[in-house]
Amino acid sequence: MLDIILSILIMLGGFFTLVGSLGLFKLPDFYMRLHGPTKASTLGVGAVLIASAVYFSTSTDEVSLHEVLVTLFLFITAPVSAHLMAKAALHIRVRQDKRTLNKSDQ
Amino acid sequence: MLRKVFPHPLLSVSLWLIWLLLNNTVSFGHMVLGALLATFIPWFTSSFWQEKVQIHKPWLLVKFVAIVIYEILVANVVVAKLILTRQEKLQPGFLHVPLELKSPVAIGLLANTISLTPGTVTCDLAEDEKSLLIHALHIEDAEATVADIKNQFEKPLKEIFD
Repeated sequence: MLDIILSILIMLGGFFTLVGSLGLFKLPDFYMRLHGPTKASTLGVGAVLIASAVYFSTSTDEVSLHEVLVTLFLFITAPVSAHLMAKAALHIRVRQDKRTLNKSDQ
Repeated sequence: MLRKVFPHPLLSVSLWLIWLLLNNTVSFGHMVLGALLATFIPWFTSSFWQEKVQIHKPWLLVKFVAIVIYEILVANVVVAKLILTRQEKLQPGFLHVPLELKSPVAIGLLANTISLTPGTVTCDLAEDEKSLLIHALHIEDAEATVADIKNQFEKPLKEIFD
């Protein structure tokens, strides 16, 4: 039973990471592509980390809590790097897709 | 006296917990070592913490974290659907979110929360610190998106930190 739940979690993580990468690959401009990785790094990695924490806590004697830290550090660093890339892109005036609403002054 | 030794009690407690988590242990030696680090690191980094971080309503903070996790889950599914099915019809755009928050920690947390939620990324903070510029992957109703952010994220943060 546990195996099935863990497999579902890992598949789910893989799926969201895949969609994030697809977005990174296919979306038309830099700002939109930026949304791909923020996705992958929240639910995608989150699901895999939960699976890892549960698996290593049940299969060994020790409770495995490293995953909590990984999540914490990821949730602190991912938005900061996304923010810095977006800010840098605005600064050097990266091309914005023509559909963009309220284009930031170029 | 206690205030002098621990100028930032919250920071000290989190550092101590993180140290124990890093080592995945609750042995006495690591508790002592962690306590030492939790005492000295705030001293050495005190110039980064010029303003006192005060949490007025700790329970609201817990509730806020729960709301954010829930929003991340929902937004993940929504954005995944957008990327997979309606890529050509996406309506990206920039939005201004006017800020009522004053404390830098609260503004930082709001900006991070917005970036963490799939579909929106914080791009810039206005120079007067009165508004955030965010980029959204798909805007259906600009005003509703801004109102959502203000209600769900800014309001609790304001109560907790300001």
